[in-house]
Amino acid sequence: MPDDALFLISIIALPFLGSFIAALLPTNARNAEAWLAGLVSVGVVAIAISFRPVLAAGNVVRAEYAWLPEFGLNFILRLDGLAWSFVVLIGGIGFLVVLYARYYMSPADPAPRFFAFLLAFMGAMLGIVVSGNLIQLVVFWELTSIFSFLLISYWNHNQTARDGARVALTVTAAGGLCLLAAMLLLGRIVGSFDLETVLTSGPRIVSHPLYLTMLILFALGVLTKSAQFPFHFWLPRAMVAPTPVSAYLHSATMVKAGVFLLARFWPAMAGHEYWFWIFAPIGVATLLIGAFMALFQQDLKGLLAYSTISHLGLITLLLGLGSPLAAVAAIFHIMNHATFKASLFMAAGIIDHEAGTRDVRRLGGLYRAMPITALLATVAAAAMAGVPLLNGFLSKEMFFAETIESHVDTVLDKALPYIATIAGVFSVAYSLRLIHQVFFGPPAKDLPRQPHDPVLWMLLPVALLVLICLLVGILPGPTIGNFLAMAVHATLGPQTPTYSLAVWHGFTPALFMSGVAMIGGVALYFALQRYLSGDVEGVPILGALKGKRLFERALVFLSWRWARELEQNAGTTRLQPQMRLLVCVTIAAALWSLFSRPGSLDFTWPSSADPAFVLVWLVGGICAVAAAYQAKYHRLVSLILTGGAGLATCITFAWLSAPDLALTQLLVEIVTTVLILLGLRWLPKRIEGLDPDMTPKARLRRVRDLLIAVAGGAGLAALSYTVLTWPIGNSIASNFLERAYTEGGGRNVVNVILVDFRGFDTFGEIAVLAIASITVFSLLRRFRPARDSIELPAQKSFQNRFDADRYTGGKDPLSAHYMIVPGLIMRLLFPVIAMTAAFLFMRGHDLPGGGFVAGLTLAIAFILQYMAGGTRWAEARLRVLPARWMGFGLLAAAATGAGAWFFGRPFLTSAFAYADIPILGKVPMASALFFDLGVFSVVVGATVLILIALAHQALRVQRVSSDAAAAPPTEGSR
Amino acid sequence: MELVVALAIGVLAGSGIWLLLRPRTFQVIIGLSLVSYAVNLFIFGMGRLRVGAPPVLNPDTPDVSAYADPTPQALVLTAIVIGFAMTALFLVVILAARGLTRTDHVDGREGGS
Repeated sequence: MPDDALFLISIIALPFLGSFIAALLPTNARNAEAWLAGLVSVGVVAIAISFRPVLAAGNVVRAEYAWLPEFGLNFILRLDGLAWSFVVLIGGIGFLVVLYARYYMSPADPAPRFFAFLLAFMGAMLGIVVSGNLIQLVVFWELTSIFSFLLISYWNHNQTARDGARVALTVTAAGGLCLLAAMLLLGRIVGSFDLETVLTSGPRIVSHPLYLTMLILFALGVLTKSAQFPFHFWLPRAMVAPTPVSAYLHSATMVKAGVFLLARFWPAMAGHEYWFWIFAPIGVATLLIGAFMALFQQDLKGLLAYSTISHLGLITLLLGLGSPLAAVAAIFHIMNHATFKASLFMAAGIIDHEAGTRDVRRLGGLYRAMPITALLATVAAAAMAGVPLLNGFLSKEMFFAETIESHVDTVLDKALPYIATIAGVFSVAYSLRLIHQVFFGPPAKDLPRQPHDPVLWMLLPVALLVLICLLVGILPGPTIGNFLAMAVHATLGPQTPTYSLAVWHGFTPALFMSGVAMIGGVALYFALQRYLSGDVEGVPILGALKGKRLFERALVFLSWRWARELEQNAGTTRLQPQMRLLVCVTIAAALWSLFSRPGSLDFTWPSSADPAFVLVWLVGGICAVAAAYQAKYHRLVSLILTGGAGLATCITFAWLSAPDLALTQLLVEIVTTVLILLGLRWLPKRIEGLDPDMTPKARLRRVRDLLIAVAGGAGLAALSYTVLTWPIGNSIASNFLERAYTEGGGRNVVNVILVDFRGFDTFGEIAVLAIASITVFSLLRRFRPARDSIELPAQKSFQNRFDADRYTGGKDPLSAHYMIVPGLIMRLLFPVIAMTAAFLFMRGHDLPGGGFVAGLTLAIAFILQYMAGGTRWAEARLRVLPARWMGFGLLAAAATGAGAWFFGRPFLTSAFAYADIPILGKVPMASALFFDLGVFSVVVGATVLILIALAHQALRVQRVSSDAAAAPPTEGSR
Repeated sequence: MELVVALAIGVLAGSGIWLLLRPRTFQVIIGLSLVSYAVNLFIFGMGRLRVGAPPVLNPDTPDVSAYADPTPQALVLTAIVIGFAMTALFLVVILAARGLTRTDHVDGREGGS
């Protein structure tokens, strides 16, 4: 049914869409925001109600969308009775919270942020309950963690709000990661991530060897979210959130996500003792600790927070018992707790709002000032305490009745009735304390504000919730009966037990336990009243149990102390050990892959080699080793020797059928050498023999590095030899060779690959080139040379002194005649070289050449002019604007690529034709030529920019040093 | 032929690795140059060595097996140009570091070696 699918997706889509719109509204649009959020919530509930008849018949509504079909993952929405009741709770209480928040939030609070986060949170929460896919469920689960973090830290100027939010996020999101692991395991066990399949494979899951691992991870996810001991500490700290947020997060949503999941997977996972042994003890502990600590809270919201923890413990315990009847009680209590806790939080917010404080000791006798609030809060608190004729009584009776039953025959099971009664006593005591100390007793005197009942609209949500508590409590069958039956049936399926919702069951043990709890609670409260009204801060006995402090210490250790120690012991800021490690790991990786592969490597005897080629590499090898040997003390020598090795490489390319590579290598060799020559002057003097003698340790280091270098070189040589003598398999070479002329219109296949087949790569490459050159330029703009390289080199100052002695007046100094013949030749060569560049460029598509080579050639032509006449002379006559060359080049390349769009082809599709140009004859005119023009232009611009930027440093430093000579004492005037 | 090229790659890489492990910036930049020669030759060798068979199509020989493999050549061509840009950038970085720290040690301060 397509309509169903549409409605189903709207349940999630509406809140997220609303959140997006809410974020865009102006800051002060409180009313518009509230209307929007309210309509979204009502819409969600309305959609849910429209599905009720289908679900009541026991059906499940499903919608499936392809998500990652290759992994067998679909985006599945699945609405059954349990999910339905949660949708109604989330939407309904969401609506009331929105209404309440409209009047609670101050006009100074930014409304868009609040409502946008609230709606997004609602969407994430709805996403959890209607997810039909395990992974998708975890995604929404983590989303609730993130949005609850944003909601708790809503007043982000407040340090405690930020801290509370951070703790909540750390705990729940870490739990979420465990849940993800659990769901991946579960999917593996079942063989599907579809919830439907998982729910019906209970026996298979329980008998699987990975069951326990999966269950523990699952428990970590669920228990952190539902604030179960020992992870409960995040919840009280989240009370710094605005009260509507607390009312929403800690009644119907967030913390209920955990117990929802327990209920959801109950039929699939609960059929084993492990389930009982994980969840029942933790539920019991949380139930007792929460109830005990709630009694001693002085903050109204703190009291409610701990009571929430306690009630969640109760629900966890019920689900942990593993009996169907207990599960029914749990689901029922989830609904009841949501209603009375939401109304109590709202009432606490009203008191805070009107009286200006939440400290229970300062409040008192408020029923005179705010009678309606007092009445509503009293009824809600009575429901929390489990007073008859209210909904809390019913589920509590079911709980008491269930504790008497025998589950797993152990001490814990036998003790359960007594534990439950004790928890009941505390629950009555703190509920009584909440009402008695706030609304009754002597009126408070020094309240920050004069309290009175709030506006009707703020009371309405509370009143509605309290009315539900009453109606369900008095007439459970006609009101909640059908809904509960739907949820229970959807959860338990064929295991659904018969249960009775009646108020009066006769004189049962459970009724007796309720009575004991009532009387005991009242007695306990009045016994402790004096103590509680005193200046007690914190909780007796359990006060030392500070989960928060443990958490913080753990965080400090994990994120700081251990990390620092690890870094100190295993890390280094020095480059050499890092490089050494890198090289060693590479060598080890190569060796490992050599030995891990079975089968022997055939060693083929070398074929004969041309003696001339051997000679080339004899020279090249000596150059390389000598360059390495001389690089420390004789930089110029080392640079020249490197050039020798580069030339040998270049000859190799030419010899072995790669003319394009030979050309490029030759030109790059020239440009690189010039570049490094320009840089040499800024490096410090290093004279052999002046350095201190090497220590034995340093000698040892050198031997070790030498061994590594020899191993690396030998390994690479062996690897190369193996590959080179290996018969070549099928490669894409023939494909390129066949299509180069017919489809690319060029005979030089390397060039066709660069500008046509792999044009996009080349486009990226020229962009990188441009970026690198601009980076070089900007780094050099702020360049500050070291002091010892500012002075003129010794040779040059000697020359200057010599000139000053002999040449005075109008005569040219000798340096003006420097390199006069080569300079003239270089100047005259400029047009020749430029023409050569044009020639190389034009023939590039068919013969060796092309944009890269031509660009480098032209750049060399420019550089020669700088070398021949000096920077000033060259720039007076020839202005190269490298940025424009690069800009033009990039635009030309991009425009050629984009031009293909006009012909309905993908980016960079090339077209070609032959044009008849006078004199030159028939010339191929591929659109790739324009692309190559872009490459050419970028290469010229980038190369020239790099070289000029470096050459200019000499000029700048001359200025600096002449300024320094003019005014020696002021240091750093420039 | 193959043995000569393999030994050449080994010698270039060995000298380059030795320099990469040295403490002075100039040694490292020369080392990088030597290593990039070695790596370029190695990548080039992936198409196997052919003498006198450049990948420039001749209408008289339509047989594609008569030509050298153009793919590694195209790769190496871009590698050479990018290698130049990297060398330039690295050179300027070591010059700036030398200006700021007054030392040409790779760590920016005189170390043990």
